Amino acid sequence: MTLQLSHLSRRFAGIPALDDVSLAMAPGEFLALLGSSGSGKTTLLRILAGLDYPDAGTAQLDGRDFLAAEARERKVGLVFQHYALFRHLTVAENVAFGLRVRSRKSRPSNAAINERVGQLLKRVQLEGYGRRYPAQLSGGQRQRVALARALAVEPSLLLLDEPFGALDAQVRVTLRRWLRELHEELKLTTVFVTHDQEEALELADRIAVMNHGRIEQVGTPEAIYQQPATPFVCEFIGKMNKLAVTSADGRLSVGDWVLDGLPGNDHHAQVVAYVRPEHLSLGVAETRPGWTARLRHVYLAGSVAHLELHIPSIGQTLEADVGGEDVARLGLQVGAEFRVAPRSAVVFALGEPEGSQSFEERWFWQAADAVPPAPRATSVSPIGEGRARAGRCS
Amino acid sequence: MSRLDRQPPWPRRIGRGLLGLLAVGFLSVFLLLPLAVVFVEALRQGVHAYLSSIGQHEALAAIRLTLLVAVISVPLNVLFGVAAAWLMARFEFRGKALLGAFIDLPFSVSPVISGLVYVLLFGAQGWFGPWLGAHDIKIIFAVPGLVLATIFITLPFVARELIPLMQSQGSDEEEAARVLGAGGWQMFFRVTLPNIRWALLYGVLLCNARAMGEFGAVSVVSGHIRGLTTTMPLEVEMRYNEYDYVGAFAVATLLALLALLTLAIKTLLEWRYGDEIAAHAPGGH
Amino acid sequence: MRRRILPGFGLSLGYALTYLGLIVLLPLAALAWKASGIGIGGMLHLLGSPRTLAALRLSFAGAMLAAVINAGFGLLVAWVLVRYRFPGRRLFDALVDLPFALPTAVAGIALTALYAPNGWLGRWLTPWGIQIAYAPPGVILAMVFVGFPFVVRTLQPVLASLDRDVEEAAESLGASHLQTFFRVILPVLVPTLLTGFALALARAVGEYGSVIFIAGNIPMRSEIAPLLIVEKLEEFDYAGAAALGMVMLLASFALLILISRLQRWSGRWAELQR
Repeated sequence: MTLQLSHLSRRFAGIPALDDVSLAMAPGEFLALLGSSGSGKTTLLRILAGLDYPDAGTAQLDGRDFLAAEARERKVGLVFQHYALFRHLTVAENVAFGLRVRSRKSRPSNAAINERVGQLLKRVQLEGYGRRYPAQLSGGQRQRVALARALAVEPSLLLLDEPFGALDAQVRVTLRRWLRELHEELKLTTVFVTHDQEEALELADRIAVMNHGRIEQVGTPEAIYQQPATPFVCEFIGKMNKLAVTSADGRLSVGDWVLDGLPGNDHHAQVVAYVRPEHLSLGVAETRPGWTARLRHVYLAGSVAHLELHIPSIGQTLEADVGGEDVARLGLQVGAEFRVAPRSAVVFALGEPEGSQSFEERWFWQAADAVPPAPRATSVSPIGEGRARAGRCS
Repeated sequence: MSRLDRQPPWPRRIGRGLLGLLAVGFLSVFLLLPLAVVFVEALRQGVHAYLSSIGQHEALAAIRLTLLVAVISVPLNVLFGVAAAWLMARFEFRGKALLGAFIDLPFSVSPVISGLVYVLLFGAQGWFGPWLGAHDIKIIFAVPGLVLATIFITLPFVARELIPLMQSQGSDEEEAARVLGAGGWQMFFRVTLPNIRWALLYGVLLCNARAMGEFGAVSVVSGHIRGLTTTMPLEVEMRYNEYDYVGAFAVATLLALLALLTLAIKTLLEWRYGDEIAAHAPGGH
Repeated sequence: MRRRILPGFGLSLGYALTYLGLIVLLPLAALAWKASGIGIGGMLHLLGSPRTLAALRLSFAGAMLAAVINAGFGLLVAWVLVRYRFPGRRLFDALVDLPFALPTAVAGIALTALYAPNGWLGRWLTPWGIQIAYAPPGVILAMVFVGFPFVVRTLQPVLASLDRDVEEAAESLGASHLQTFFRVILPVLVPTLLTGFALALARAVGEYGSVIFIAGNIPMRSEIAPLLIVEKLEEFDYAGAAALGMVMLLASFALLILISRLQRWSGRWAELQR
């Protein structure tokens, strides 16, 4: 099935929760709606489930009007954030619910229902739990019951609302892998809502980043991480050092760091550059454009070390990430001074000062010489080796 | 060391003891004693006199009438309570606050006024009085009037019990049932009703206690026709005014037993199903 | 109109409105209509009568006093039931609802049997010159009885949810136990206490069954307003009864609105938090 959402809008008491959202879903796709609370992601999910309706816009499923169908007719599987298990029914009866409420004609026999429930409980690794009540289960188990219940009606679309939101960290990671495997097995078109970018980046085929009721960017996790479409996505996904860029004499620079290859243009109100902590090179040669930095702090977090670098020449403190073992190897000690320079950056020319909502141009910049780019960057970066290319955004 | 293990210094313990004693003493004199007096006064002339005054024809008729009034008015208020709670806890609409105020209204109206309004509607000089008279239909000074006044008085009980519970439960489970393909009544009987059953029983219990025990409102519409329009509380009043104290207290013991039974079931429900009953402030009157 | 997700809106709205309309609104409209029938002159005449005034004063002032007494004893009982552990606590806790479960006529004759001059307690009070039954104190006693559960039951959950840390903080800052109670605990309880007060008051103002037995119903002295309504009805003075009923209704609404204002003001700290 192909689901095509066009220009969906929804307001609550005058405040837009969805603002002209368009999105297409391919069969079997695993799509994440990622955003902070109030970004409209749950509203979009509820509209897909038939639990809310847009004020404007259309949704078509294989060319048919999807919104015309009521919630109970849509054959959509929905897993609620807090599972919404029927507390007075056993696990088995919860899973069987969607089959039992069918009209007599289409309802399977009791034996068939029991068999199907058994299969589903096996699939979600809850064999033998059929007679328990939801209150007797752990959070992770309840989540899987909710999933089995949703799958029982053989939905054509599976919707998950913050599927791991109410679980503790360890269970979350285990369930995440398990869900991904289940998806690969079932090939069911799945949409899940999350505020956790790590979850979205790890699980989804594609991510739609939402903000203030709008979709900021839709793309693969790699694209979202490496080629953020808007300043919002830059600041929302992963860590970024934000730098104010000076545009003068036909070139762009931040202190002594010159973004060679990018056209300086005086008519931009403001230009900002975003540099990921892992894209800061330490100890670069004096001959290359860069800054002198002073190491203020080393936060060793297992395999990675986060460095807090103060750059006096631009009056800013930046964060750089290096491998944990590199700290000792490079002799990084608090108070040490060395030169640093970005390997790559995402640069936006903003239409209005301090406005991060709209921008006029976006460039991906990459350093011109021998600094080896991070492996992750080479695969997707549109920037050719040794030369910066400016890409215009639509 | 936990707070409970901490022994307060002795002057404070004496203070606590006095405070506790005062509260228990107050409850005993103020609540237990009136209860005791009912039974003692009823048995003042022995068990035989007690039983024979309960066995009198008028007493039995009063018991039958009380049960009849409760059997009609409680189910009607249950239906209303469920509908009103569904409306108030599941939908947003204009005038919702006003509706809520009207549901609570009977709690802030004097029982006498609750009876009075029906006299003004259906009494001989009331709005519909002449028409009813012409068609020989009796509402006031007859059973329908008793039922109406009782319904008015007990109208909020079930709704009051269900609304906060359903609001705190939220509509997730009902929405889940819809997404899973359940029809409206399937959703109601398979999901909504099981989730509110104990609170509903609790509401019915309180509603029934009030319906059987109501005095002021039914007294206004009853006309006090012995054996025909006197419910048990009215029978108590009539016997008392006729200086038949043993008889009055004898019928009163039945009502007191009903109250004790209500309290026992209520306490049991709160104890076993406290979470499924939600906050239980006393249901108004 | 937007489609509603859950079914049954029209059905439940239609049923609830019809039911409310027939049971509550139509009869109250009849009351207002009948009351307006006596005109301004009739109203002035009614309210100018010393007997009416005395009855209204006893109903409202008595209910006020009863609610104040209930606030005090209710707070004490709620505090002891929530904070203390003693044998029989559950029993006493259940007993609090007795005035609510016990039919008012039964409460009325029981209280009279206790406090009449020759009653269980009355006979010990008479030699001291204290008369309770067949006098205003009896009316107030019955009003305290019927209103008692409201204050306790509204306070209990709030008391149980009070954060003990705050009390310990107050004590660690050097406050005495009494200071802690009056400066830290009581201010938080005031809005709830007012809720209970209003409920007890509303109940006492209109109370009929438990009062009329113990009151003695002496005009100008121990006659309550609801009884006056009943008497007017028995004299077939429908308009007079309706007018007096309307006056009572409006007066108690005005009182309840006043209390809810007071309540909002005393709970303003809770609103700021949101």
